[in-house]
Amino acid sequence: MTTTLPVLTVDDLSKRYGSGCAACRDHAETALQGNTCRHCGTVHALSGVSFEVHPGEVLGIVGESGSGKSTILNCLYFDEEPTSGHAYLAAYERGAADLWTASGERRRWIRNHLLGKVYQNPMLGLNMDFSSVANIAEKMIAANDRHVGRMEARARVLLEHTRIPTHRMKTSPRQFSGGMQQRVQIAKALSNEPPILLLDEVTTGLDLSVQARVLDLIKQIRRDVGVAMILVSHDLAVIRMLADRTIVMRDGRQVEAGLTDQIMEDPQHPYTQELVYSLL
Amino acid sequence: MSRHGTYNFAFLDEGSKREIRRATLKAIAIPGYQVPFASREMPIARGWGTGGLQLTLSLIGPDDTLKVIDQGTDESVNAVNIKALIRSTTGVTTSDDTAEATLIQSRHRIPDKPLRPDQILILQVPIPEPLRFVEPREEVTRRLHAERDYTGAYVLLFEQIMRHGDVTTGADHPVEVHDRYVMAPSPIPRIDNPKMDHGDALILLGAGREKKIYAVPPHTRVTSLAFDDHPFRSEDVDGRTCELCGAEGVFMDEIQDAQHGGTSFRCNDTSECLARMNAHARTS
Repeated sequence: MTTTLPVLTVDDLSKRYGSGCAACRDHAETALQGNTCRHCGTVHALSGVSFEVHPGEVLGIVGESGSGKSTILNCLYFDEEPTSGHAYLAAYERGAADLWTASGERRRWIRNHLLGKVYQNPMLGLNMDFSSVANIAEKMIAANDRHVGRMEARARVLLEHTRIPTHRMKTSPRQFSGGMQQRVQIAKALSNEPPILLLDEVTTGLDLSVQARVLDLIKQIRRDVGVAMILVSHDLAVIRMLADRTIVMRDGRQVEAGLTDQIMEDPQHPYTQELVYSLL
Repeated sequence: MSRHGTYNFAFLDEGSKREIRRATLKAIAIPGYQVPFASREMPIARGWGTGGLQLTLSLIGPDDTLKVIDQGTDESVNAVNIKALIRSTTGVTTSDDTAEATLIQSRHRIPDKPLRPDQILILQVPIPEPLRFVEPREEVTRRLHAERDYTGAYVLLFEQIMRHGDVTTGADHPVEVHDRYVMAPSPIPRIDNPKMDHGDALILLGAGREKKIYAVPPHTRVTSLAFDDHPFRSEDVDGRTCELCGAEGVFMDEIQDAQHGGTSFRCNDTSECLARMNAHARTS
């Protein structure tokens, strides 16, 4: 491993829905059923998650529904407030300042300049009342670009890159197929050349051939742009195809982490074993 | 004093006036920021100028001279009725002459004659939130203002340029007040936007239905939102001449002649038009 700073470091991230009680805070092993406290009903969506993402690396996060995968991305993109934990971006204050203590205005700046996110549901990531080009420009406007010609040209390049016919750039993504909507989201997320992309179940709900095209695109972006990515998926096949390293989540905890190949070939944790064998 | 003994001076009770004045003072202290206030039930329907009316009633004194404009004219039904209500509950004199008035309540126009420091302009506002079309939730737009995120206002303009090749805001083109808050200037034509910048008179804006008061104090920087390669432009009035007074370069109404065909133009600001006609009559 090189000595370069990780693009992103997440340290001891926890997210709790509910106030928690003495039982689930001090004796989590006995008090929790899954991720929910038997006594107070508090949901421990994430408990002490830590990881690093290195430059150009794709980190896969895999696990069943409700295991906390998306919550990690929501916290990183400031869509949700973590209960505790720290996160550092190499591109923000040289990795010295915790993202989650930044002010609302700074958070917006980080989000608009240093992060790109693709939501599972395009309705969350795109405004269906605007054209595709305006959706992409939104991210650049948010990052203080005020030049229409330049933003339009950049959007055109990104749409070509994501293989959306540019004669449809003024069409609302509402009129696009699911796969095209995801590609518009990817173009939008890439518009400011962020050092890291957050991809949340990007291929879920797409049919297989469209899935393959979106996955191809992600591979190509990785090769051409060299951007680091966090790829959240419940689909091990997607993870196996794209991720260099993988974290396996269950009930808000990291049960296993390592090189993707290693996890696939030689899963250690019983849950991972179950997951891997179910793939066959 | 009141002509009808049953009403307090200027219709509103003193407690209500004080509440409105408090909101007004806060609005002046934070230019462009929308201050919530407890909009009263008025004898005209919400959406018909109740915000402006409440501001006027909270400010007016027996020595004031009032002018009310409805889309440029002093004589349309709305302007006449608002004047009648205020006159009958205050006894103040009203005037059509912009220069004579101390308080000017207006819907959709800023008078063509530059205002003086001793005058106050009160604009009626239907939708005070410039981000409302991109974000319907008040909870969210307040946070966007707090964090100075005006992306949505620019995306709206960008989308217009993409679809139509140019900005298509007919009226209510958003402005940034003193490099901080983005504000809806009320549905004034774009030609009126520059009149807000570094003006001599206090401008107050009231939205009765939406329960908001905001302000542009005198000598405040007001810039219309624009892009580097699409600078702000007001309506093109070149080549239009008022058929009544002969004025050029002012905002005009387009009049269609249904019987004979053809279009003609007349000044939208009727009191200025009348003043020009009177001046012509005197000299000829």
